[in-house]
Amino acid sequence: MAAEGKAIDALHQFQLAPVLGEFGEQYMFSQSALFMVAAVVCITALMVLGMARGAVVPGRLQSLAEASYEFVHDLVVGQVGDEGKKFFPFVFCLFMFVLFGNLLGLIPYAFTFTSHIAVTFALAALVFVLVTIVGLVIHGTHFFSYFFPEGAPKLLAPLIIPIEIISYLSRPVSLSVRLFANMVAGHVMLIVFATFVVMIGSAGVIGYFGAVLPLAINVILVGFELLVAFLQAYVFAILTSIYLHDAVHLH
Amino acid sequence: MNERDGFERRLQEARAKRGLDKPADGQKGLPAGSWGVGFRAGIEVVSALAVGVGVGVGLDRWLGTWPWLFLLFFVVGAVAGVLNVYRMFSPPRRRP
Repeated sequence: MAAEGKAIDALHQFQLAPVLGEFGEQYMFSQSALFMVAAVVCITALMVLGMARGAVVPGRLQSLAEASYEFVHDLVVGQVGDEGKKFFPFVFCLFMFVLFGNLLGLIPYAFTFTSHIAVTFALAALVFVLVTIVGLVIHGTHFFSYFFPEGAPKLLAPLIIPIEIISYLSRPVSLSVRLFANMVAGHVMLIVFATFVVMIGSAGVIGYFGAVLPLAINVILVGFELLVAFLQAYVFAILTSIYLHDAVHLH
Repeated sequence: MNERDGFERRLQEARAKRGLDKPADGQKGLPAGSWGVGFRAGIEVVSALAVGVGVGVGLDRWLGTWPWLFLLFFVVGAVAGVLNVYRMFSPPRRRP
């Protein structure tokens, strides 16, 4: 099918290009940065406009703002405990940023900034550094006992400590790769099936009937991607909370 | 009063049986679909392995001991990956 000199170009959608003409060229302002700004504007608008009236019986926008607040609040307090309230703003920002990045990316012609490992790794590195600093501030040098479980035989220390340190260092990698891989895989699948629709559809009248199948798959995939977009933001937030729990309570 | 206590206890049991009570800690809050768990386990192993290899190669370059530290940290990274997956399923560790 793809042998007519036009292979399926599934990765083109992830390429960065300057936007907004002259300004974009000068400051290397890519569509990724544009959609990050869009996400921040959307989140701010949701929270500010949603809570502007502060009605006792909330309207649609206010319910959405309150629901997202309560969802993340319950998540953080449930995982970290009462001390977690201090970290609620951080986790809320992360969750909303990732969620809006994923959701905005599903709009046709939009760019998914969470499909770049540079972005997700920056977020994960932020979590990693914050968690380490929190652990150090709360527990001081006692924090390093995290790398050597209590009661383990001292003889095994040279074996256990490198393993624990690498396990600890692998957290930001797994955190970022999980989000990045999910978003890339979803968008590649969407574009592959969309290309099938065009390819089969160009085969004449029979093609129109044949193209219905990949089109139907794409409709289902968009719904699935909505689920993944929410789920991955949730997983990112809950793993951040779990790491914070570990740092606050040490084991 | 006695009646009430009995009710609380039975409610607790019923909730526990249905899994309605929130777990105190651990990774129980994560979605538990088989695909999700499998994917997460795979990423845990691969990322620990990648970090191990990265540390090994980095130290080798620095100390000029290629390939010995790479081989050592490859194994350490693999063990750390298995440990990560074990922690995904093991009950939360006791509090000190």
